Amino acid sequence: MHFRLMLGASRRWFHATAQLCHGLQVEQTIQQQLGNTPERARMNLFGAINQALATALETNDRAVVFGEDVAFGGVFRCTTELQQRFGSHRVFNTPLSEQGIAGFGIGLAVQGFHAIAEIQFADYIFPAFDQLVNEAAKYRYRSGGLFDCGGLTVRAPCGAVGHGGLYHSQSPESYFCHTPGLKVVVPRDPIRAKGLLLASIRDPNPVIFLEPKILYRSSFAHVPLEDYQLPLGKAEVVQSGKDITLIGWGAQVQILCQVAELAKEKMNLSCEVVDMMTLLPYDLETIAQSVKKTGRVLISHEAPITNGLGAELAAALQEQCFLYLEAPIFRICGYDTPFPLANEHYYLPSVEKCLDAVQQLIHY
Amino acid sequence: MATWKHGWELWERLTERNMNKKNLLFPLRSLSCFDQLCLKHCIRSQPSASRKTCNSEFMESRRTLLRRYSASSSEYYFPGAIGAPYTDKLELIAGEKEGRIPCFRIMNELGEVSSAIEKEYHPDHQVEPSMMTSMYQHMLKLHVMDTMLYSAQRQGRISFCMTSFGEEATAIGSAAALETADVIFGQYREQGVLLWRGFTYRDFCNQCCGNALEPAKGRQMPVHYGSKELNFVTISSPLATQIPQASGYAYGMKLSRSKNITVCYFGEGAASEGDFHAALNFAATLECPVLFVCRNNGYAISTPAKEQYRGDGIAGRGLAYGIDSMRVDGNDLWAVYFAVKEAKRRILETNRPLLLELLTYRGGHHSTSDDSSRYRQKNEIELYSERLSPLRRMKHFLAFRNCWNDEMDEKYIEEQRKELLTALEEAEKAPKAPLEDLFNDVYDQLTPNLQRQKTMLFEFLERQKRPTHSS
Repeated sequence: MHFRLMLGASRRWFHATAQLCHGLQVEQTIQQQLGNTPERARMNLFGAINQALATALETNDRAVVFGEDVAFGGVFRCTTELQQRFGSHRVFNTPLSEQGIAGFGIGLAVQGFHAIAEIQFADYIFPAFDQLVNEAAKYRYRSGGLFDCGGLTVRAPCGAVGHGGLYHSQSPESYFCHTPGLKVVVPRDPIRAKGLLLASIRDPNPVIFLEPKILYRSSFAHVPLEDYQLPLGKAEVVQSGKDITLIGWGAQVQILCQVAELAKEKMNLSCEVVDMMTLLPYDLETIAQSVKKTGRVLISHEAPITNGLGAELAAALQEQCFLYLEAPIFRICGYDTPFPLANEHYYLPSVEKCLDAVQQLIHY
Repeated sequence: MATWKHGWELWERLTERNMNKKNLLFPLRSLSCFDQLCLKHCIRSQPSASRKTCNSEFMESRRTLLRRYSASSSEYYFPGAIGAPYTDKLELIAGEKEGRIPCFRIMNELGEVSSAIEKEYHPDHQVEPSMMTSMYQHMLKLHVMDTMLYSAQRQGRISFCMTSFGEEATAIGSAAALETADVIFGQYREQGVLLWRGFTYRDFCNQCCGNALEPAKGRQMPVHYGSKELNFVTISSPLATQIPQASGYAYGMKLSRSKNITVCYFGEGAASEGDFHAALNFAATLECPVLFVCRNNGYAISTPAKEQYRGDGIAGRGLAYGIDSMRVDGNDLWAVYFAVKEAKRRILETNRPLLLELLTYRGGHHSTSDDSSRYRQKNEIELYSERLSPLRRMKHFLAFRNCWNDEMDEKYIEEQRKELLTALEEAEKAPKAPLEDLFNDVYDQLTPNLQRQKTMLFEFLERQKRPTHSS
């Protein structure tokens, strides 16, 4: 065996035994806050978001929810019954203007309100880009802390939905991950969604909370009914493994879990799946630890591959873990095209494509 | 038949519930468009429908209701324009009409107050002489500060500067009519407002020199002032971004039942941005207690107003949003003062926004990076700056009342120059913020990536100090 390979292998062995648990332990965190058996109910993603918003409105009189069509419940039902419960002065429709929504939200947040803004589809967040990037992200820095809009949270449904085409399927996270001063969070299931959304609302920094729309109705979990938060900036190891690290977020994590199962079945591989959860600031420590253990990594996201967040993670990982790597870092992502309707299945980083990449990585 | 019955049921319900209320129009607004339509149908077809009460105020409001809905014989109204009467004439509403919205003025170019001015807004009846003098002094201070900071930039002592020559009355007049608790979202030419509120020469110079004493620690270019204490939100370079923020801030003030308002300043150029449109629409629909003040100084860098818009200025746009608006002579300190005072009173009473357009002239260049002689004639600048000068007319006004004279003028200017020079010299000598500060305030706390990058920078600087191996 090549000397370098041996060295890499021994390094990884050391890592594997030294640190068995890394990343955020979600269930443990919930238990710490709510006790051993908190009361739970089965609900889907929009139900969990609705719960989180209601909790945010209940626990802070100065929290407001606004955006297009939120009053009747929202086009994805995330704001159902909130206006009835909390009043039209706190839950209200705005005119159709994303730049207005963002600017208005910033103004409210500067005053100390929890301004929870909804953008109807992440595809339409771009008119708000100036307000979010030039204003929200820089408010604290440019004023030396005199003013800040930490109370701002902007929620938007993102990602492929099966029939969305160019303007109902985008994942714009990397535009925002390139903006210091913002935080970007993407949950993968209802339990994480509720905890992360509450943490985002209460975080003293402006947060973009992207909700994978395909999961609104299809992702179910037994969500604790009480108030709990999951920390931002921490990744979660969804399942542990030793042969290869699979990194993703949002709806893609489910794909990677399926890939892991198939890899186990067909190739007898033990895959470690990591959900980033917070994309900015991202948890480099957890993924670096994982890669140092396995030596091979696949990063996968729906957004186009060029300059997607996968590129940043790949660059950071190769810098931190170069001598531990057994193979190049692969990224299986959307192509560099606008999101197509007709060939969506071939555009997306599917289970088959990811499994194929895993095979290539193992035999590199 | 069904609509009439439905309307009648609504009428019964409304009258039962609101028998003692003066005004039926508020509960009426909360009905859906269809309900309003049915109600109108019912009222019109049964004018002497049995009434539950003979209360005259109630009857008056019912008459108002009838008047509002019986504008025409047609029965159908659209949700997009309830109450819009039908017409059989194919006539356009002129986009560019002949007349202009009139410009409110109290004091002419010579400082004379018209005898037609109402007592409620006549300076001699409403303002103490000491206050009058103080306002003029602040205008002078502003002028002196602008002149000296401009020279300082030309001498290389500061990197950039913007002056507000010709617009002194817009800043001082409006600031004097407000309280410090009224929150200001400015653009970049409102240093006079800060001056009135008590921002010192040292505060101004510290920011321009970017030293460690100013709150933002030199992170921004000069003239990007901010003060939490004086409720002046830190200036940012992108234009018009502050306008929807002001709407949001005002909404929050309304929810907090504040006794103060939010005031937002911007130029006529910035009013072309989409943010202006969004902000006014939001303020109107969400009923935000915000005062929008447009300093229409005729130029956006080199672009004259006639290349900026085709309509009747900015005041002409208020109507489109359902916002009350007014045009004011921005070089007349009293017109600005009383207009803003009245605007604030009205906003607090109604919780509705208001739009003021202050017509003025930009006497100086856009900034120290601009040379306006390249796009406008010297005689134009002289005409506006001298003839319409806000300082000149106020000086005459005070001189006529024996409150001020040329000698006092010279003395005051000299005093202020000396004070400013001292402040500038001190600011130049003060140290810059430490290097670590580069990474602070991006978030409320340092994130791991920033921690790493800070460490990298300092390690790099260490290596630069001690060159290790040169091979």
